[in-house]
Amino acid sequence: MNQTHQNSTGAGSGTLKSYATGFILSIVLTAIPFMLVMNGSLSHSATIFCIFTAAILQIFVQLHYFLHLDRSSAMYWNLISLLFTFFIIFLFVGGSIWIMYSLHYRM
Amino acid sequence: MMQTQSLTMPGHASGEHGSHDVASTQALGFWIYLMSDLVVFSGLFATYVVMAHNYAGGPTGKELFHLPGALLETMLLLCSSAVYGLAMIAMHKGDKRLVLAGLAAALLLGLGFVCMEVSEFHAMISEGAGPQRSGFLSAFFTLVGTHGLHVSFGMLWMVVMMAQTAAKGLTGPVQARLSRLGMFWHFLDIVWIGLFSVVYLMGVMQ
Repeated sequence: MNQTHQNSTGAGSGTLKSYATGFILSIVLTAIPFMLVMNGSLSHSATIFCIFTAAILQIFVQLHYFLHLDRSSAMYWNLISLLFTFFIIFLFVGGSIWIMYSLHYRM
Repeated sequence: MMQTQSLTMPGHASGEHGSHDVASTQALGFWIYLMSDLVVFSGLFATYVVMAHNYAGGPTGKELFHLPGALLETMLLLCSSAVYGLAMIAMHKGDKRLVLAGLAAALLLGLGFVCMEVSEFHAMISEGAGPQRSGFLSAFFTLVGTHGLHVSFGMLWMVVMMAQTAAKGLTGPVQARLSRLGMFWHFLDIVWIGLFSVVYLMGVMQ
C-alpha cells in the first residue's frame, strides 16, 4: 500500500528531502565556479573546464530534484522531448559556432 | 481492512485517474512549450557566443560585470525556485495558507532578482554601455533581457495564481496550474545556470 502511494505521488511532486538535496547541491555547484573565477587560482583552461562541468552537473541536479525528471513511465515523453531538444540545440548552437568561427578564420 | 481498500479503491482510482490524465496531458503539453522556449534561448546563446568578442572599441565583459552581484542574483533565483518547491509540497498536503505564503516568498525573491537586473541594466546604459554600443552588448541585452522578461511574466502569473488560490481554494484545475507554473519557474532557473556560466563567468575570464 505504501509502495503504490509512493509511486502515484513520485511523478508529480517531490518530497522535502528531494528539494533540500537539490537546493544544497545547487548551492555547492554555484559556489565552486564563482570561487574559482574570483580567486583565479587555477589556469585559464582548467577554470573553463570547471565552469562547464559544474554548470552541466547543476542542470542535471535541477532537472532531477526540482523537475523530477527520471526514467519512469510517467516521465517517458518528457524525457524523449528533452533529448530531442538537446539534439536540436546541438545542431543549432554547435553548427552556428562552427560556421561563424570558420568564417572568422578565413576572413 | 485490506479487503475494504481493494473494494473501494477501483471506483476511487478511476475517478482520480480521469482528472489525473487531463492534468498530466496538460503538463506534457506545457513541457513541450518549455522545450520550444529552450530552442529560442539556444538561438540567443549561439548569437551571444558568436558576438562575445565584438566590442567595437567599447567596454568588455571584464570591465562591466560585477561577479558578487551576479552571485547574489543567482542565489535569489535559486532560493525562489526551492521555495516554490516547498509551496508544491504544501499544495499536495492541501495547506492553502502555506501555499500562499510560499508563493509570496517565491514572488518576493523573484522581484529581488528582477530589481537587481534592472538596476544593473540601468547602470550600464547610463555609463554609455547600452545595447547600441557594440555587437557584444546587443547580444548581451537580448539574451539577459529575454530571460528577465520571462521571469517578470512568471511573477505576473504567480500573482494571478495567488489570487486564484485565495478565491477558489486548491481545486483540481488550480493545482494543475500551480504545478505548471512550478515547471516554468524551475525551467527559468535552469536557463539562468547557462546564463551565469556563459555570460558572467566566461565574460570575466576573457
